[in-house]
Amino acid sequence: MSRSSFAEFGNELYSGKRSYPFVGKRNLWFIIAGAAVLLSLLIPVIKGGFNLGIDFRGGSEFTVSNVQDTSVTAGEEAVTGVVPEAVPRVTNIAPETMRIQTERLSDDQTLSVRDALIGAYSVTEEDVTSNFVGPTWGEDVSRQAIIGLIVFVVLAAALMAIYFRTWKMSVAAMAALVVVMVTSAGIYSLSDFEVTPSAVIGFLTILSYSLYDTVVVFDKIRENTADLEVSSKRTFGEQVNLAVNQTLVRSINTSVVAVLPVAAILFIGAMLLGAGTLRDLSLALFVGIIIGTLTTVFVAAPMYAKLRMNEPEIRKQEKRVLHRRSLEAGEAGTAQA
Amino acid sequence: MARTGPGSAARRTLVWLGVVFALLALLLGGGSLWSNASWAPKLALDLEGGTQMILAPEVQGGGEEITPEQLDQAVEIIRQRVDGSGVAEAEISTQSGQNVIVALPGIPEPETRELIQASAQMEFRPVLFGGPGLAPAAETPTPEDQLPTPTAEPTDASDPNWITAEVLQEFESTDCTSPEALQPAVEPAPADQPMVACEPDTQGKYILGPVEVRGTEIESADYGMARSAQGQTLNEWVVNIDFNDEATETFREVTERLFSIGSGDPRNQFAIVLDGIIVSAPTTNAVIPDGRPQISGSFTEESAAALAEQLKYGALPISFEIQSEQQISATLGADQLRLGLIAGVIGLVLVAVYSLFQYRMLGLVTIASLVVAGALTYLAICILGWTENYRLSLAGVAGLIVAIGQTADSFIVYFERIRDELRDGRGLVSAVENGWRRAKRTVLASKAMNLLAAVVLYFVAVGNVRGFAFTLGLTAIADLVVVFLFTHPVMRLLAMTRFFGEGHRWSGLDPSRLGVLPLYRGAGRVRHKPVERPAVELRGRNKAAAGEAERRMTIAERRLAEQRKAAEEQKTVGAQAPGSKEGDNR
Repeated sequence: MSRSSFAEFGNELYSGKRSYPFVGKRNLWFIIAGAAVLLSLLIPVIKGGFNLGIDFRGGSEFTVSNVQDTSVTAGEEAVTGVVPEAVPRVTNIAPETMRIQTERLSDDQTLSVRDALIGAYSVTEEDVTSNFVGPTWGEDVSRQAIIGLIVFVVLAAALMAIYFRTWKMSVAAMAALVVVMVTSAGIYSLSDFEVTPSAVIGFLTILSYSLYDTVVVFDKIRENTADLEVSSKRTFGEQVNLAVNQTLVRSINTSVVAVLPVAAILFIGAMLLGAGTLRDLSLALFVGIIIGTLTTVFVAAPMYAKLRMNEPEIRKQEKRVLHRRSLEAGEAGTAQA
Repeated sequence: MARTGPGSAARRTLVWLGVVFALLALLLGGGSLWSNASWAPKLALDLEGGTQMILAPEVQGGGEEITPEQLDQAVEIIRQRVDGSGVAEAEISTQSGQNVIVALPGIPEPETRELIQASAQMEFRPVLFGGPGLAPAAETPTPEDQLPTPTAEPTDASDPNWITAEVLQEFESTDCTSPEALQPAVEPAPADQPMVACEPDTQGKYILGPVEVRGTEIESADYGMARSAQGQTLNEWVVNIDFNDEATETFREVTERLFSIGSGDPRNQFAIVLDGIIVSAPTTNAVIPDGRPQISGSFTEESAAALAEQLKYGALPISFEIQSEQQISATLGADQLRLGLIAGVIGLVLVAVYSLFQYRMLGLVTIASLVVAGALTYLAICILGWTENYRLSLAGVAGLIVAIGQTADSFIVYFERIRDELRDGRGLVSAVENGWRRAKRTVLASKAMNLLAAVVLYFVAVGNVRGFAFTLGLTAIADLVVVFLFTHPVMRLLAMTRFFGEGHRWSGLDPSRLGVLPLYRGAGRVRHKPVERPAVELRGRNKAAAGEAERRMTIAERRLAEQRKAAEEQKTVGAQAPGSKEGDNR
């Protein structure tokens, strides 16, 4: 889209000349969101659960960099040479990088396997990274993350309710948040990437991003609906819809600007570094930012409109608007006749 | 320039930003000159390489909860052990009051690892020989033929017959001034044998008898002011120990024996040994029948508190289980940092290109603001690295890259508000002021959300999550500073330039491209408007006027209007379909 037409697009959205029915077709969006949530819940079930990383399973993991010969058997033999009963999982996760995962090894075994790997792949000690995770560490990480999530959501809902002076905005934002969380997790599960603490960080960030995005749009809604009682130009639903449309250019620009750096990390992380902090984190964020932006306009705002539409004040105002419109239409009709 | 109005206010604000920068730079510069601050951020282990262990404390015997004080004491003991083992730059900290994190450069020796995990052993042993000030190794060891030969099997723990030739030789050759001798022991010395131990506080060196009472038999320990027999408080700090029942009996026997030896003889003393090092070697002034000895001496409040803490800790030995251990090679760390930075640069360039494409020259303001925010964050990270030992991890770098988008969003929100104001037909200067007033609220509310997330995650989460949360919060603050102290004043100044103020077609604020032509553009120039535009506006005004008129109708008028409306509705039902259904929107 050329710039002038994009600016025009913004103008038309602002004036209301061009308008997308975010509120009008809300039931359609809710059905789509609901279906996406259901599907996302089903994906991990069908796939037999999440592909949990070593931090959640417990075990030992070695990463060997600068490998010339990426043979899988070399790694397997290095492990079984030290611990005959071990069942190592050796994968070539990135160019010149091998990852070897085993069940938990003892201290001495870890050091011996490390030496064996140095020999097997003819690398130096500098190239081998090892990671040992006890059986309860993953539980710790998840428990703390869940506590963090609950505390954050409760505080955020309270903050929004205070700032916007209506709990309905909080409820609508939280509904959107659930959609974001579940669908992002579903897509992550589909990618078959391992769930690592980095991915958990990513999900927690999505929470923050998603609510951030919702607050920006809701603030515009607040502005547009502030003097609703004295206005009969648009109904409440129409005002909300106009606010979403007016901030649409901002939503698009923001998500593009937020996604570009994340896409850069995802690309570099996945192509050059392979599995690791950068890749897992950026995938979660990449998916989360896009879904977060979508749910703000398609779920949060229409949900808010729906929650308030049946309030007596709002209904009264709506009647007034419709009444005035029909009057005008009547005048126009008389004039034409 | 002595102008008043937005221009000079904007300049003043920019000066303030300069002051903030200068102060931060001075702080860091001073820190690097006179302290150990650095102009480069400190890197965490995953970028620098090294070993990080996350340890969970475990009370031996299980069942009991660990208090924060005990955990702090545990950290202190691990620190002493690691420092004693000669590992430089080790960092030990607690997290969430649950875990201990040990970070070491390089790969630790197996002994160091055991040392870190092992629990502290506290023992009470009687003194057989030695005293304060004997720290250095004996210059003239006792000749072979004068070495003691025990005359009989020792009958109790204080029996000098424990001192064999080997023990005395060990005593004489031990140098309590050398770091090795003060290194905490991993393996406790055999409990039923004598041992040689150092007391660092008094430069003392002792031969000790077998263990009489173990630290685990301490019920509790505290410190306070001594009381005289009449119950008056004396101006002297003491440490009180409370033994359990079994140890009370043992301790009574021990003190009976030691007290009977009489003061002046070193064998009147007993030593409290922690990890093979003597923490205190008091003399026995009385028989203690009730298991509540009081240690007095030249204590200060701090030293009394420290000994009480050590005794409490000895009462509850904590060992550590390794929850997670990461050994990251320096190569991988450097690789990750390099690629992370490359990703950051690519991301920034993409954002810059997109901003210029979307906002033309206004995009330069975005880029400049991002650069200022970046510089501010960089300085903050360096300073926090110096004062708080904050280390940038890979997760932190990712946080910084993610922040690019969220920071740029503040500018996008602001620019879009300015454009909205322009679309309403305002001149640029007032559009900037009005747009700012609205954008400010939105930016503050949304950044509050980011800060809330960062704070919650920082305090609740464990492991890598914290580093990430920290950078996220830091960038949110930097973003606020930049929007208020840089972007907004710059926009005010730019609004007064001809290029932006007159809406040059490359300025990104060209009114004609924003679909609005202001009626009056200053200096007496009135732009002629295209014909369709006012027609649309006029209609809008009519609508508004109609709304106003509607509200002012009397009841009778309204009824009449309603009746008329009902009649009209039947006529125009087909034409009215869009927008008239309840709750529906076009």
